Formats: sequence, C-alpha cells, structure tokens
Amino acid sequence: MALGEISGLKLGQATRDAFGDALKDLGSEYKDVVTVDGDVGNSTRTEPFAQTFPDRAFNVGIAESNMVSVAGGLASSGKTSVVASFAAFLLCNAYDQIRMSVAFPGLNVKLVGSHAGISIGEDGPSQMGIEDVGLACSLPGVVVMVPCDANSTKAATKAMLDYKGPTYLRLGRPKAPVIYDENCKFTIGKANTLKAGTDITLIANGLMVPAALDAATELEKKGHSVRVIDMHTVKPIDEAAIVAAAKETGKIVVVEEHLSHGGLGSVVAMVVAKENPVPMAFVNLGDTFAESGQGDELLVKYGLTSDEVIKAAEGLLS
Amino acid sequence: MRYLKLSIDELKQIAKTLRKHIIEMTTAANSGHPSSSLSAVEVVTSLYFGGFMKYDPKKPGWPERDRFVLSKGHAVPVLYAAMAEAGFFSEDQLNTLRKLGSPLEGHPNLKRLPGIEASTGSLGQGLSIGLGQALAARVDKTGSKVFVVIGDGEMGEGQVWEDFAAAAKYQNGNLTAIIDQNGYQQTGSTKEVLDMGDFQKKIEPFGWHVQTINGNTMEEVVEALKVAEGITDRPKAIVSKTKKGFGILPLLEEAGDTNFHGKPLPPAMAEKALAMLS
Repeated sequence: MALGEISGLKLGQATRDAFGDALKDLGSEYKDVVTVDGDVGNSTRTEPFAQTFPDRAFNVGIAESNMVSVAGGLASSGKTSVVASFAAFLLCNAYDQIRMSVAFPGLNVKLVGSHAGISIGEDGPSQMGIEDVGLACSLPGVVVMVPCDANSTKAATKAMLDYKGPTYLRLGRPKAPVIYDENCKFTIGKANTLKAGTDITLIANGLMVPAALDAATELEKKGHSVRVIDMHTVKPIDEAAIVAAAKETGKIVVVEEHLSHGGLGSVVAMVVAKENPVPMAFVNLGDTFAESGQGDELLVKYGLTSDEVIKAAEGLLS
Repeated sequence: MRYLKLSIDELKQIAKTLRKHIIEMTTAANSGHPSSSLSAVEVVTSLYFGGFMKYDPKKPGWPERDRFVLSKGHAVPVLYAAMAEAGFFSEDQLNTLRKLGSPLEGHPNLKRLPGIEASTGSLGQGLSIGLGQALAARVDKTGSKVFVVIGDGEMGEGQVWEDFAAAAKYQNGNLTAIIDQNGYQQTGSTKEVLDMGDFQKKIEPFGWHVQTINGNTMEEVVEALKVAEGITDRPKAIVSKTKKGFGILPLLEEAGDTNFHGKPLPPAMAEKALAMLS
C-alpha cells in the first residue's frame, strides 16, 4: 500500500518540485536571492528560477566544491545564496567547503539537497543522500529542515529565505502525500503536532510523516491513543515538544528516511535522555547502503513503512 | 575612503615595516608562518598602498569596496600587518596574534575581524570565494574588484582549477588571482612534492590573462597590477615568483632551512632579522 493511503492522504507534488515553484515565485520579492548550481538544476528544480532570473543564476558546471565556495563568496557580499545539488553530492562531496566557506563564517547560504533518502529508487545508492542530515547537523550553527509535503516545503522555502544564516533544506524526489493545506505555517524549530494522543508519540519527518500517520490510524483502530509530531526542523530541535511527548505519552518512536547514526533519532534521543528518559524505538535505514529498485519497493525492503512503525510502537506498548 | 597611491620608494618602506611586523608578531606568538608571509609582502603592500584597491578602514563593510582574499590563510601575518598600517586596527594589536581573546586568529576569521573578507585556512577555497564576490559585484553593479592570493603548493587543490574554468565562463574582468610561487610547501620544495610545471602555460588555456613576474621586486609587482587593471574582459592571473622568507634569506640559509615552514624565528634570530630590515 502506498504511503499515506491508510490515512486517506492524496498524492501531491514532490518536495523538490514545490521548492522549485516557491523559489521562482519568491524571486521577485526576494531580490537578493541568487542560485548557484552544479549542473543539476533541472533535477533540484532551481531551473525555473534560473530561467526567470538569468542574471541571478550561476551554473558552475559539475564542480560541487567550487559551487559551494562561490555561494559563500556571493553571500559574503550580501546575497542570499541558494546552492542546490543532490543531497549526497552537496553534503558529501563539498563538506569541507560547506564547513569553511559557509558554516564557519556563518554566511547566508541556503544549502538545498534534493534526492534525499532511498525513495529515489532506480538510480541506486551512489545518488541517495542517506547521511546528509547527520552531516548537516554536525556543522555548528546550521539550521536543518526536512519538510514532508509540497505545501510545507513551500512554507519552508520562504522561512529559509527569511532566516539570516546558513541553512540546509532536505528534499525528496518522489511525489509526496499532501498533509498540509496551502496556508500552512512553517516556523523553524517549532514542530507541528498532527495528531493528539496520550499513549505513545510517533516523531517523524520527510516522507516518513505519512508512514507515521498511517501507523497511527491503524494503532488507533486497536484502541491506542497516538500522538504524531512532524519534526520538520532537526536543528534547532523543538525540545519542548519532545519533553512534553515524553512526559505525557511515556513512549516515543522516531521515524526517518536516513541512517540510524546522526539523524533525527539520535537528536531526539539526546533530548529524551537528558530531560525525561522514556522507552524509545527507532525506525530508519540502520547502518547500510540501499540498492537500485523502485522507490516503494526499497522502502518496504529496508523497513521504512507504516507496518514497521506499528511493530516498533507495539513493542513499546506491550 | 582610503585609496592610497604611494610611490615605489614609499611602498618599499612599507614593505620593510610589514616584514618587521611579521617577524615581531610571530615571534611574540611563538607560532605561525613567517616565511610564508614574507614571500607575499610586495604583493600585499602594492594592493593595499599602491592605489589598486579601494577600501575604508573606518567602514570595512562599505559595499563598494574592493576585496582582498588571502586563500593561503596561514600567511595571515602579512595581511594583519598591512591592515594595521592601513588603519583597520592599531599596531599594538599585532602582538595579540594567536592569543586567546584576540580577533587576530592563526588563520583569517571574517566573523571576528572587520576587514577580513574570507575565512580561509582549508586550502583551495579562496579563489572560488573571490569569484562569488566578483559575481555579486556584477549583479549589484558596485564596480568592486576582487584580488585573491593563492599559494603555489595550494595549486595542488583541484578546486582552484574548477574555479579557473568557472571564472573564465563568466568572464570576470574584476577578478585577479595572484599565485605566490615561493617554491616551497610544508614538507619540501614544490618541485619535489608536486611539480605542476609552468603555471602560466596551464592557466592561459582556460581563457585567463596571465603574467609571470618576480614578485619580490616592487616595480614588477606594481607594473603587473597596472597591466591587469587594464584588462577588463576576462579574469587575470599573476604568477608571482617569490622566495619564501624573502627579506631575511641569509638568516634562513644560516639556520640551514630555506623553507622554514610554520615556525617562528627564535628571539635571537628575530633580533638579527629586525636589524637586517632596519
């Protein structure tokens, strides 16, 4: 069954498409915005902006290191630099450039990584960003955002441009179920509670939010009261929402399309361990690369489904 | 706005002063890279005091300023020395180099010291940052120029060559790269470690205007910067052949180490060096 189907969600745009539309739409109002691409603008969806504002768009070719440092240089001269590539190439190839040309000087560079997670499918592990959130969180002062659907991605894009400082926005390739309406708010660092509940909390982001909502629907049928939180900002993390969930529901499952190390699960666990220890479970990719295949097949094979969330939750509830 | 345009003789005097500052501050810090700083003195002196860069020490964030990026960040004592002479901060501050609480860190940090245009120290990134600044100047029509000093050992970083290609694509006539070819890198001569041959012959085919000069001769540096200033349709490079530790070479020879990488002069040697420069 497709993600979100159990909870009656309809498929909408991919988050990368929503980002591309929003960036183009905001381009006239946000005159300082420039884009720097490594020749994948038609994949990351910076292309519509580049076509609309050709004087503010730079494609430096397949050269991620140069791309990121050029973005840093533009930002040091007052521009809001949006630099986009596949999450894997941006974070892994150009990590030192992000560290030295963006994060250390604290410049206003908006890092955007598309093709995150294993749901990109057929292109296989070399193209899948599965460690990007951990890497981005390891950079002092960088805001890390993982929106789950088109409308929240559009709101996140605006929030990102309004924020002064380095940010990372994680985007996916496949169409994402619609969770938010068009007027939704995206406040950096403030999680959204999508479902109230008192027995257990499911904390998710990105494409795993619909998986969590599906799991909650099924668990409720079995008589459990389930809270679902969209933790769209991994850094700074919404500690208050986590502490409240720990105190009020006593059990937490963290769900993400990312390696177990360094992602949302480890960030939430740190808050829980420090503030209010409760039993936790984690649904993620674990410690492995994936493989080629259809995106939905891969999510099943690697355990990123509502069934796995239900199992993890029931383990804590029993 | 400061737009000093000093004579060659005056520039030579300033170069001597910068060399003394470099030796004093690194010896006081008991760490740093004086020899890497000394090779670039003529270039930095010409840029800051020869009328090639417009800047205002009282308004370091002035949007229309020209920008200097020291990509070989370990040579930052030469930059601090020039900034003190130009009036960005007082000369007394030079002796706080590398000390806790001082904005004069071991490598340039733009967050802590107004007038620093790029935080460098991980080699290979300065030219790309400079291109970004040059592109911003084009978008904003500020007329700003950008000058980037790169080390010859640093030319081993692939990112530098990515940027030679990209800057040529955008025909940034407001970008000048100066390669401080002092012949040495950390563990030995660049010929031994990674011989890249003739930089001019390698950079020109990218579409850059390139000159090769003796970079420790003030007249040649000033002349090359004048020529570069007249080229506005493409990016420019100056291969500046220098000596690491220029100004105190006899002392380095006496010490049996003409590389003298990443270490300050011991106090007695520093005293001799200062006497030599007086």
